[in-house]
Amino acid sequence: MPQVTYIEHNGTEHRIELEAGKSVMQGAIDNGIPGIDADCGGECACATCHVYVDEAWLAKCGTAGEQEASMLSFAATAEPNSRLSCQIAMSPELDGLVVRMPEAQH
Amino acid sequence: MRPHGLPQGFLDAFRPVMPMLGPTGPGGAGKVEEEEPGIVIAGAGHAGGSAAAFLRQYGWKGPIILIGEEALLPYQRPPLSKAWLKREATADNLALRPERFYTQHRIATRLGTRVTAIDRAARRLALSDGTTLPYSRLILATGASPRRLGLPGEALSGVLALRTAADADALAGVLGPGRRLAIIGGGYIGLEVAASARALGASAVVIEREPRVLARVAGHALSGFLEARHRAEGVELLLEAAVETIEGEAGAAAAVRLVDGRRIPCDAVLVGIGAVPNDALAAACGLEAGGGITVDLAARTSDPLIHAIGDCTRRPLPLYGREARLESVPNAIEQAKQAAADICGRPPPVPEVPWFWSDQYDLRLQIAGLAFDPAEAVVRGEPESGSFAVFHLAADHRVLAVEAVNAPADFMAGRILVSKQRQVAPQLLHDAALPLKDLAI
Repeated sequence: MPQVTYIEHNGTEHRIELEAGKSVMQGAIDNGIPGIDADCGGECACATCHVYVDEAWLAKCGTAGEQEASMLSFAATAEPNSRLSCQIAMSPELDGLVVRMPEAQH
Repeated sequence: MRPHGLPQGFLDAFRPVMPMLGPTGPGGAGKVEEEEPGIVIAGAGHAGGSAAAFLRQYGWKGPIILIGEEALLPYQRPPLSKAWLKREATADNLALRPERFYTQHRIATRLGTRVTAIDRAARRLALSDGTTLPYSRLILATGASPRRLGLPGEALSGVLALRTAADADALAGVLGPGRRLAIIGGGYIGLEVAASARALGASAVVIEREPRVLARVAGHALSGFLEARHRAEGVELLLEAAVETIEGEAGAAAAVRLVDGRRIPCDAVLVGIGAVPNDALAAACGLEAGGGITVDLAARTSDPLIHAIGDCTRRPLPLYGREARLESVPNAIEQAKQAAADICGRPPPVPEVPWFWSDQYDLRLQIAGLAFDPAEAVVRGEPESGSFAVFHLAADHRVLAVEAVNAPADFMAGRILVSKQRQVAPQLLHDAALPLKDLAI
């Protein structure tokens, strides 16, 4: 099963297996990984599952859709490699993905 | 408060690995007292489930026992009126977290069980299965229940409410081509179900007592926009229409009779007229409650060992200088964090702007803030285009709330403006050519 590594703002790493098709947000929630809130449950409505995608994986994650980009443009800590993790679906190509969490989601 | 009348040392049914010990069994009564009582969470909805997860995230090592009245692990309720009703979601999608999460994080669950009484002096709960359970800390997450009509005919079969997955299954069973659903109440539940009913080929008639839909929770512009859209989708809207009774045939709902004499034939009735907080349990043990369990910004009740979170609470709203009940997932999560942080001795979470969302047809509604005593409503964008926002301002031009329809950037900007209590000239908000980013950040 493909693996994802989540790195908390304080540097704590969490490596999990995540089945293809599930979102990177859901992987964090299902495993109790701190730093991703996901208030809306994956509807791209709240921007509380913001992550920084490791540069090596950025292209493979695709580009943010219009709604996601709009939401992200107002996240105070957004960077060029910011994504909403509910919009990144796991796939075999993303095996080894590394994402980092901002200090806070609000 | 009602005494439980159970013998001292009664071994509660939880702790399945322990042999059943009677009050006079091996080890005696003292043995049970040595058991470390855990944090008990009464209510396994979004609030209760999130509190359990945050307690573990924040480092609580002791036992956590999650008690839920429904037979299901915590799940998302918002899709019940939408994706679940349209059978676009599976139980897997609906679950907040998979079953293994609870075992991995040592969160014990007791489903199909309700707390019936709280003995605060003894720090012990009476449960619906006749057992009792000690607690070191208690988190009340008892939620809310659908408000009842209180009118004749409410007990007929086919008169439904929507709160639980079981409710949603019952509702799904009466929706389909050729069926007609009468929806009493033009609130979010009513409108979302109307949209889902249309998608399923059923017809829907919404009966609203007020002159507009969402009268309690939205401004006039949004109400008017949604009314037009629902009518365009074939939903019949009856405004300023008061229900007198639900008429039945052979024990099943067949029509809604209005006070003005009109009779609305239907195959089923959905009552969506709001929810009442489940605060009776708290009130019965002397906790401060009235229209919700009174809590502070750390989700503390009037008993230092008892927190309360989610729909069952009445909470302070520092941005608005008042208290209110917020029925929303974001509020449930925020208060779950507040309670878990307080219990674990962590700094309180950053205060959040209340926000809500709703999906109807291809419309994504996002609302941030609460429009208490608004002086002015400013529309940004063209409602005809299907993408616009309404900003509600106080007399001093402080942004109180934003209602965004297919306008996520305006929602995000509004959320920031509300949190910063920013005063903004109405024309700056109105002019859609001016980017809000500079105002907000």
